[in-house]
This record gives sequence, C-alpha cells and structure tokens, in this order.
Amino acid sequence: MRWGELIRRLVLVPPTLFGVAVIVFVLLRVVPGDPIAMMIPPGASEADIGRLRALYGLDQPILQQFATWLGQVASGDFGRSISVRQRVLELLLARLPATIELALLATMIAVVLGVVAALAGILLRGRRAEWIVDGGIGMLLAIPDFLWALILLLLFGVLIPLLPISGRIDPEIDLNLRSNFYLIESVLAGRFDIAFALLHHMILPAVALALPFAALVARLLKASLAEAEDQDYAQIARARGYSRPNILLHEVFPNALIPTVALGGVQVTLLLGGTVLVERIFSYEGIGNMAIDAVINRDFPLIQGLVLTFAVLFIALNLVVDLVVTMLDPRLRYG
Amino acid sequence: MTATFTVEGLKVAIGAANVLRGVSLEVQPGEVRGLVGESGAGKSMLGRAVLGLLPANAAVTAGRIAFEGRDLLAMAEAERRRLLGRRIALIPQDPMTSLNPVKRIGAQIGNLLRHHLDLSKRTALARAAELLTEVAIREPERVLALYPHEISGGMRQRVLIAMAFACDPALVIADEPTTALDVTVQRQVLQLVERLRLRHGSAVLFVTHDLGVVAKICRSMTVLHAGRVLEEGETANVLTRPRHAYTRALLAATPRADRPAEALRPVPPALIEQLWSEAHRLDDVAAVDAA
Ligand SMILES: Nc1ncnc2c1ncn2[C@@H]1O[C@H](COP(=O)(O)OP(=O)(O)OP(=O)(O)O)[C@@H](O)[C@H]1O
Ligand SMILES: [Mg+2]
Repeated sequence: MRWGELIRRLVLVPPTLFGVAVIVFVLLRVVPGDPIAMMIPPGASEADIGRLRALYGLDQPILQQFATWLGQVASGDFGRSISVRQRVLELLLARLPATIELALLATMIAVVLGVVAALAGILLRGRRAEWIVDGGIGMLLAIPDFLWALILLLLFGVLIPLLPISGRIDPEIDLNLRSNFYLIESVLAGRFDIAFALLHHMILPAVALALPFAALVARLLKASLAEAEDQDYAQIARARGYSRPNILLHEVFPNALIPTVALGGVQVTLLLGGTVLVERIFSYEGIGNMAIDAVINRDFPLIQGLVLTFAVLFIALNLVVDLVVTMLDPRLRYG
Repeated sequence: MTATFTVEGLKVAIGAANVLRGVSLEVQPGEVRGLVGESGAGKSMLGRAVLGLLPANAAVTAGRIAFEGRDLLAMAEAERRRLLGRRIALIPQDPMTSLNPVKRIGAQIGNLLRHHLDLSKRTALARAAELLTEVAIREPERVLALYPHEISGGMRQRVLIAMAFACDPALVIADEPTTALDVTVQRQVLQLVERLRLRHGSAVLFVTHDLGVVAKICRSMTVLHAGRVLEEGETANVLTRPRHAYTRALLAATPRADRPAEALRPVPPALIEQLWSEAHRLDDVAAVDAA
C-alpha cells in the first residue's frame, strides 16, 4: 500500500465511524425496548419515570440527543452506562484488553494449527491421505465457535475437569499489574506464574474461537499453496534439484501467504464477533460478554460505545491486513 | 568417449495417449543439438522426462535416459537431485513466469549457488554478480537487489540463462527460450547461449520449431513428429538433403524476412545458403567472444 492510499484510508475513518454511529443510534431508538423500563422498580410513579428519562436525556428529540452525544464523544466522553452506572469509557478501557488478549491468543493458535494442517495437506497432495486432512478441515469449519465452546466446556470443564470454565483469572490471585493487558504485561514483566494462571483460564475460550478460524486458514492456505506449486517458477525449482519440502517452504509458501493473508486476515473480524457468545459461555470479562448485558438492559450509551469500539477494531484490522499484504508482496510496493 | 546424454527408446504415456513412442537421441560433450518438430510433437515432454517434471498423470512406460552413462530414471531421487540444476540445467520458455515473483534476483541466484556449490552467502552473491556480468547485465549489484517484476522480459531471460550456466553444467536443455521474446531480444539471447555454452563447456539440447535458429547454432538436429524421431543427423545434411517429406514441409514453412511462411514448398537452395552463412557468422562472433 502506498502512502497516498494509506492517507486516503485514514481520511475515510471518521466518516465511516460517523455512519456507524448514526445507524446504531437510530436503530436503538426505533427498535422497541427502553432502558428506563428495565431499571425502574415495580410501582414507580409516572413522575419518577419522567425524571429518570430526563436524567438520561431520553425526553429530548432524537436529533437533539444525537447531537449532544456526538459532541460528548468528540471530546472523549461516551456518557454513563445506565445499567452499570459507570462511565462507558472506563468500562470499555477495563474490558477491551481482556478481549484483545483473548482474540490475539485465539488468532495465534488458529494460525499455528492452520499452517500445520495446510502444510500437512499439501505434502500429502495427490495421495489418499489427503482427504483425511481435507475432511478434518471441513469438519472444523462446519462447527461454529460457540458450539466448540460448549463442547470444550463439557469435555474439559465438566467431564474431565482439567481446566477452569469461568472468568479471566482466580479472584484470590494478587495481580498487582499496571495495565489491564494482564497476559501481555505479566509475560513482559517475567511473572510467568500469573501468565500461566491466565492462560489456564483463557485456553478453552481461545481454542473454541480458534478452531473454525484455523480451518479457514488451513483451507485458504492449502488452496493457495496448491496453486503456487503449479506455477512455472515452482516447477523449475524442481529442475534445479531442490527437494519438494524445500520448494514448498522457500519458494511456494511466501507466495501462497499473500492471498491467504489478504482473504483470511479480514476474517479475524468473524473471530472478534465470536467473542460475544464465547466470552458469555465462559463468563470471561471482556467486551463481548459485556455487550450481551448491555443489550439485555437496553443500556443505550454502553451499546453505542461498544458498537463504536468494534467498528474501530474492524477498521484497524483491515488496515493492518493491507499493510501486511503490502509487506509480503513486492509487486505492491514502490519500486 | 561416453555421450553426455543418451535417450534410448523412450516411451511416455499420458493416460491412454502415447506422447513419446520410442524416442532415441544422443548429445555428445559440447555438442549443440536442435530438437525440432511442430507443436505437440512431444519436444517439451522429452525435456520434462529428463528433468523429472512430467505431469502427475504421465508415466515413462519404456526406455532409458542416461546422463554421462548413468541411468537417470533408475538412480535414487537424492542422487538425481544432485545432478539437476548443477550438471543438467534448464533454460525455460517463459521468462515472465519462471522467476519467483516475491524473491530478489540475488536471492534466487544465490540460493541455487549455495544449494549446489556450498558457498557462503557472501561468496554466492559475489558469484551471482559475476554471472550477471557474463550475460551482459550492467550494474549487476543493483539488479541483484531487484524483484523480477522490476526488470524487462529480456533481462529476466538473461538472468535465467545465467542461472542455467551457474554451476558449469554438462548439459543444458533449452526449451524454446526465445519464443516469448521479441525479435531483437531473441538474437541477443541466442548469442548469449552460444557464448556461455562455449565458456562453460556445456552441451545444449535446443528445443525449437524455428529451423532458422537450428541452422544458426546447432551442429546436429533431431526431427520429432507425433512422438517419434523422423530424421536425425548433422544439421547441414538434414537441411540440405531432407530425407523425409515432413522435414521438407517444415523447412518450407520456415519464414524468412523476404517471404512469409508457407506450407509444403520445396526447399529453395538459396534459403539453405543463407541460413548457413548466418550460422558461420555467428560462430565467428562466439569465437571472438570466448577468446
Ligand atoms: N499435462 C498434459 N496432459 C495431457 N496431455 C498433455 C499434457 N501436456 C502435453 N500433453 C500432450 O502431449 C503431447 C506432447 O506435448 P509437448 O508439450 O511435448 O509438445 P511440444 O512438442 O513441446 O509442443 P510445443 O511446440 O507446442 O511446445 C501433445 O500432444 C500434448 O497435447
Ligand atoms: Mg513445448
């Protein structure tokens, strides 16, 4: 990606976010369901309800509400959560690192599994055992992440209780960390006991998120490897006396990586979306889990903040994918 | 003296189709042999069989391919891989698709040298620069740092020629190395092949359907038709006294500057005269170059 293209993409970010904001704002207020109705005790008077509505600005015309909110957001204030009664920004900053760490771990697991499966599949190309790999990939792809979450929870949490099935870490552990990126910080600080305890909790949800994505990576990469191996340059490498594993690794793989990252990279958004249900199932304290509560409680400010956060993540992810593809493909770089 | 390269009664089948039906030919050390025949005659299949690049559904059903007296088809995979790229090299047909698009020229030549000659990274790069100079590429150090898409087709073909001769091969198989290039570049490439094979002492099996090229650079030739050898011998003899009607037809179909290609016309003696005089001129150039 060239500089001009990068700037063009960055310039497009604010209008994109504005569009997302408009849509979520309007949808929330058009769809039935009211945050006030969810929080009032039974038998509250009309006057009390009215006062609450006024407190959260819900008595204003929708355009007025939007303008007020947008003004706040522009100055970094996402308002107060109605159901949790904290600042939305604080809630997001506290929970987002948990989700990012989970998604990163899941992505890493998926990439390792996917690359290994694709390489195994391509090495077996044309042999009968190839269908075992293809079949396995197809099966992994057919089962969605939340089902994996339930399966793993039953298997390793209940049937063979090897791993904890809820939360991010044992509450009695004294973390004493500076950021909310517990895993990253504890690894960087060399506090591996804490890192281990965290991984212990994260492994099941991470694997649940990783399995379908690993299958996707495997399928994309295997197809790309097969295509690249049939190209002239790979055939000619055989005529130079290079062994097949050598050719696959050094000639074919760097080429196959380009379409795999370009097509598979943006699919990390699917994995991020998957955190909503998977975090819920494992009571993991990330923004996905929080999103479900926010929706149940019709917590407008929190939902709005969450949707914008996801939108920023998706946009950032797309940019990163394009940058990586540019790094991998010299034909896209300036000569 | 053992021949550099011997093919005996080679049969190759793709499914039910026999694409080579008992081909024999021989290339002596330092010899340049033309392999001609119309499209689909099986020329590329012969080269592929030698290099172990037959398509997955193809099989050698009979015959022998020997390199310096050793049976290529019978030898162990690892042993054959030590010969390929080092003692037996290929100049591919299409320079646009024959280089790895994501690797620098220097890495591609360097890897080949290091794979076969066990050089250090630095020596390999230095040697790669020398090889580029040999194929008349100016500023070799700069070119080593470029990617294939950053250089022209003619230049890519020169890089591929440099790679073919990099390890002083005894045999180079050139499968129509000029057909994808435009005419002016074709001549330069032919001259380079001629110069490098003299310098490195290699024999060449030159696959082409251009009899003009054969007349220019090949001492001997083999005419292939529908998977069989129709005619074989010294280029001079085959071209001046073609024994087979098919060869005569091929000759008549060879275009010249003053006459477009035609099918099935008797060979005008003037054409042969012209081809031969060109051939000797080029030999002189090559001899001067080599000195
Ligand atoms: N992958 C393949 N599968 C099936 N048949 C093939 C395949 N490749 C080539 N053939 C057939 O094998 C025969 C010989 O093909 P080959 O490529 O050797 O011809 P050629 O003499 O090199 O022709 P050209 O001058 O066009 O390169 C042809 O009849 C062709 O149709
Ligand atoms: Mg061919």
